Amino acid sequence: MLKDDTLANVLYVDLSKKQSWVERRQDLFDKYIGGVGVGIQLLHEECPEGCDAFGAQNPIIFAVGPLNGLFPVASKTITLFKSPHTGNLGESHAGGRSAIAIRMAGYGAIVIRGASEIPLYLAIDGSQVHFRDASALWGMRSVITAGRVIRGRETSAGFRTIMRIGRAGEKLIPYAGVATETYRHFGRLGLGAVFGSKKLKALVVSGKCSLPVSDPKLYQKIYDEIYQAAVNTPAMKKYHDLGTPENVLPLNKIGALPTRNLKDAQFEGASQISGEAFAEHYLGRRLACAHCPVACIHLAALREPYGDEDFFYKTSMIAYDYEPLYALGPMLGISDARGLLKLLEKVDEVAVDAMSTGVILAWATEAQEQGLISEKETAGIKLSWGDYTSYLKAIPLIVEQPNDFYKALAQGVIHAASIYGGTDFALAFGRNEMPGYHTGPAQYVGTLIATRHHHCDNAGYSVDQKVLVKEKLTPRELAATLLKEERWRQILTSLAICLFAREIYKPDLVSRALQVAGFDIPPEDLHRLGEEIHSEKYRFKFREGFSLDDYHLPKRIFETPSAVGALDEKYVRQTIQQVKQILVKKQGKT
Amino acid sequence: MKLSVVDTERCIGCQSCMFACSRLMGKAGLTRTCIGVRSAGGMERGFVVIVCRACEDPPCVKVCPSGALKAKKGKGVRVDLTKCIGCGNCQDACPIGAVFWDDEADKPMICIHCGYCVKYCPHGVLELVKLEAVTC
Repeated sequence: MLKDDTLANVLYVDLSKKQSWVERRQDLFDKYIGGVGVGIQLLHEECPEGCDAFGAQNPIIFAVGPLNGLFPVASKTITLFKSPHTGNLGESHAGGRSAIAIRMAGYGAIVIRGASEIPLYLAIDGSQVHFRDASALWGMRSVITAGRVIRGRETSAGFRTIMRIGRAGEKLIPYAGVATETYRHFGRLGLGAVFGSKKLKALVVSGKCSLPVSDPKLYQKIYDEIYQAAVNTPAMKKYHDLGTPENVLPLNKIGALPTRNLKDAQFEGASQISGEAFAEHYLGRRLACAHCPVACIHLAALREPYGDEDFFYKTSMIAYDYEPLYALGPMLGISDARGLLKLLEKVDEVAVDAMSTGVILAWATEAQEQGLISEKETAGIKLSWGDYTSYLKAIPLIVEQPNDFYKALAQGVIHAASIYGGTDFALAFGRNEMPGYHTGPAQYVGTLIATRHHHCDNAGYSVDQKVLVKEKLTPRELAATLLKEERWRQILTSLAICLFAREIYKPDLVSRALQVAGFDIPPEDLHRLGEEIHSEKYRFKFREGFSLDDYHLPKRIFETPSAVGALDEKYVRQTIQQVKQILVKKQGKT
Repeated sequence: MKLSVVDTERCIGCQSCMFACSRLMGKAGLTRTCIGVRSAGGMERGFVVIVCRACEDPPCVKVCPSGALKAKKGKGVRVDLTKCIGCGNCQDACPIGAVFWDDEADKPMICIHCGYCVKYCPHGVLELVKLEAVTC
């Protein structure tokens, strides 16, 4: 990296001692680029083996990379922590303005240690770090209100990110998320609950530094190449036009849209909640993350009468993306677009993972249908497919946990099923509730081996749709295909670009773009480095008890035919064994 | 030609214009940007795009104590950094906040209406317009 690049500055904040300091960590950035590559090293340094995810010892690592602030669509911040939801590696990515703000504040990473005894929020403005009392914000019903208050109190509008938790994080729901810029989320694996355990209500970061480049002419040339590709290529157009809900109809058509707790993989109401339907009836505004011209963020405008007074309306702007939409739509049998928008708004209000919440409610609905639970457990609510009003009532109860049943739901679907039964249709893998792709075996293997923890999905659904739909792969071949793609994605998430631009950021371009930032890494070395970073993540995972011998595969995924036909359990298990063998060979561990 | 913000409702908040401006000044990052995009009180309300309007009688020029600012007819204001004492009067005087500040040099920065940012606006929020066409 370039010597005068602020990327190597790591800001350490100790919430217990209310202290902060900066350390120059060029050693890490030179070797591992940034993002997930540097982040996992910081996690190894900071997170003691076997620590309590809610303990003060569990650190929160934020990391960005050299391309953030330099090139378009490099818009992601990587967070790493120990997940309270899985008890293992927690990784969550988000855009908004987070990555640009951290980079422009003059940091490559922020490490948060310790825990505060009172609610506070951190305001980091360049080199200034302020610990602000957040007692008055704690317990607020809506995370949107908390964001609004902070927006009014802090400076640097346009140059800042405001990450904040809602009630779910405060109540330590292990799948609570962190909202940033209202409409983006560090959604998965419970970063919000780790914030909550530290009494950290929010994190504001702002700044506007300049960044060095190795060669201004080369910089401009590569910049234009990427910018033009981002605004002109068909690969990005789908994100721009309909956004991620563009996936609803194609996935439904091939029979890969999990419906009613995956009792079906096609949804009769898909056309009512498709990207096309939302665009036609509700799309009110499109937004972009900072330094991304694509604008994939789609907001629906929902106009509703109050009902108690004539001519009195409210209009809410609600973000809709494929994954939340799958989990709170088809998974719950909901085809009423307005009802679905209200559910999306409800989970955003408390800042809880929409995917986990939807899958948990889908399990609960089936459990009630089968008589495993009754209205005694649900506090009088009859959960039923398609009835969004029942789910609107249940979501706040999961957060507030008035009885043992809701306390169980608040711990995730595996925990709830271990008490009430129904593990065969509890759709979680490695304790994390499933993403919205019943595409085939690759998707499930990818989710289970949890090769990239952060997100909604893994490369598996793409392998199912592009490869397995046409030809058969041996378990060994499938294992190798999945790992190869995920290893490459470790590089993309170290830069740290948005994976929607993965068709633009090919190895050759990545190598040239890195040259501008002073990194001399030829494409073949990038592949080697991706493998090493991947391996470093597994080192953490195995340390924390991850196993590829002892895992739960819910029967349901084998009962409902996928897009490539009925799944063969033996094939899935053999593939996982092959993954293990490849990893063992690499790691010398089991 | 003058830079004009033709429709902020089309703005997606990507800030590509801000990065372009800073890049043109030879800097990656945002230190040197003379155009600002921020939310209009929450992103759901859209965005405010702040840039010099090339006023006919610019208030920033009138309050400069050292004669560093000069109005260029229809092309905004030029800052003579050798004369500028960095007092910040110009920034205070601009009611729309279009005098930006270079914290590293401690001097003002004002758009020169070159139109470079227009090339990086993906949705036609910004345009370079002929002077006679400018009405606002």
